[in-house]
Amino acid sequence: MHTTLRIRRFNPEHDHPSSYYQEYDLEIDPSDSVLDGLIKIRETIDDSLTLRCSCRGAICGSCGMRINGHATLACKTKMISVASEGGTIQVEPMNNMPVIKDLVTDMAPFWSKIRQIQPWLQPEGRPPTAEYTASPESMSHLSGVMSCIMCGVCVSDCTVLDVDKTFVGPAALAKAYRFVADPRDSATSQRLNFLNQPNGMWDCTRCMECIQVCPKGVGPMDRIMALRAKGLAEKVPATCGSRHAEVFSDIIKHKGILDEPMLAIRTFGLKNIGRLLGMIPMVVQSVLKGKVPLSGPLHRPIPGIHHIQQLFKQVRIKR
Amino acid sequence: MKYAFFPGCVSKGACPELYQSVMQVYPKLGIELAEMTTASCTGAGVLQEKDLRLGDALNARTFAMAEQQGLPIMTICSTCQGVMSQANHRLTTQPHYLQEINGLLREEGLTYRGTTTIKHFLWILLEDVGEEALRQQITRPLSGLRAAPFYGCYIQRPTNALEFDRHPDRGKSLERIIEILGAEVVDFPGKTRCCGFPILTINEKNSLTMVATHTRDAKSHGADIMVTPCPLCHLNLDGMQTKAASQEQTSIDLPILHLPQLLGLAIGLETKSLGLQRNLISPESALAKIGGAG
Repeated sequence: MHTTLRIRRFNPEHDHPSSYYQEYDLEIDPSDSVLDGLIKIRETIDDSLTLRCSCRGAICGSCGMRINGHATLACKTKMISVASEGGTIQVEPMNNMPVIKDLVTDMAPFWSKIRQIQPWLQPEGRPPTAEYTASPESMSHLSGVMSCIMCGVCVSDCTVLDVDKTFVGPAALAKAYRFVADPRDSATSQRLNFLNQPNGMWDCTRCMECIQVCPKGVGPMDRIMALRAKGLAEKVPATCGSRHAEVFSDIIKHKGILDEPMLAIRTFGLKNIGRLLGMIPMVVQSVLKGKVPLSGPLHRPIPGIHHIQQLFKQVRIKR
Repeated sequence: MKYAFFPGCVSKGACPELYQSVMQVYPKLGIELAEMTTASCTGAGVLQEKDLRLGDALNARTFAMAEQQGLPIMTICSTCQGVMSQANHRLTTQPHYLQEINGLLREEGLTYRGTTTIKHFLWILLEDVGEEALRQQITRPLSGLRAAPFYGCYIQRPTNALEFDRHPDRGKSLERIIEILGAEVVDFPGKTRCCGFPILTINEKNSLTMVATHTRDAKSHGADIMVTPCPLCHLNLDGMQTKAASQEQTSIDLPILHLPQLLGLAIGLETKSLGLQRNLISPESALAKIGGAG
């Protein structure tokens, strides 16, 4: 097939470095990967094109880059899946990390976040004579998260990291879950308390970008949700994040539908009265504009609320 | 075309203008609605943080009620749609799990067989009403109006639960509707990103930065208005826009319309009947481009 690769270039050795796009026309087999295309450009058209790759089989995690606006592994992306005959494919370096040159990004901030969550087993007691063992049954639920190859794709497309580089991020949180849920690890409480801090597990927006782009099916956001559930079960110190989940659930239990004013009041609580007061201008404006809830200002429970309450009770008993 | 109508909490709560506008437009499209007054909140992904199985049980209850009526469900909220689609995906791809959840529903005399279809109003417009029938209803094409789409995460991802493989056009459905209504699509990078609403109470600064980024971007790309099928996005992009602009020390002033409000304008309804006076960022001057729209 004939295609054009529109590649974002950046050379820090230029006198006035700035990024720009360069287009390359290519004749290539449709079943070839985008990485095959990039290597062909480097080998036959422009040997200055810089990229990072190794295994070509979605194992090493080296060739993370954005293809048509979404981060992915170039080796796992077939040409035909991202362009039709004569079409253009846009290739850019990953987001949310500094660009070293062309498609190569600096992974140092990524590894720094991974180190923050102490990605090693912290068991209690005397070390065993051989390995720390665990039954296959107790570890099988971790097989998905252990498939992570640390490619940085989820970090690239994280919506929170877009606006706040201090967020610990989806890859580190998924890795944290891997140890929190490991039956051999004894640092669960310390780990959850660390993740309960600002920029930790409660700062994720649940946008699902990481689930969508992860090339290995790790589902980082699902792991973040599982961390939150573990944090709530372990009664981590209350934050706006944990209170939000607790209060939301309690409101549904008692009314069946959401009561937004009550959610805000109870989530902030008296300790965050300033945050509550900060909402007043918006509330006043909403009332003046006639945005009064149709379900009544006090949000009456839905008809048949006892069925909802019964479900809550049954699920709690089963748990 | 009859649907079990799931209005969602926000259209009955903080965004009454969404409920009002959808009530105005649906009869003109050959749609019949039977509102699900006894259905609970979907959990919005928040209750699922605490207990995923409970969230799935609540949604299975809703699906079972629609199934009993023999009707597909119509949603008007990206978040409701996404949370329900994900729950339905888990239930219909894992027979043992469905059986376990049905055990919880037995007390109310409900069983979910896994046959309910859940569709957002946005998808219904294109997939069920159809482009031709929709065009026939347009009496006031929105020519000259530049509209930026803003989807809401839950109606874009994950694509497997939203069945994008069977319906590949869903990913661009909002742009298609804007075109059909006669307005010009303003494409901008943030249209499928997060509005920041889920972390408004947790990290307001980040949440407001997202609001400011997307609204400012859309405006700098030439948008007169932004349109969204998600009332939670609307709450942040409209309700918190003034505060977001203040945080970023700028002014933005981009009106945010609910999808049925934009549709209502194109089919000739008056602004008041669509609840446009309730939008916090007034769309008045933007709508002057289409003659003020009553």
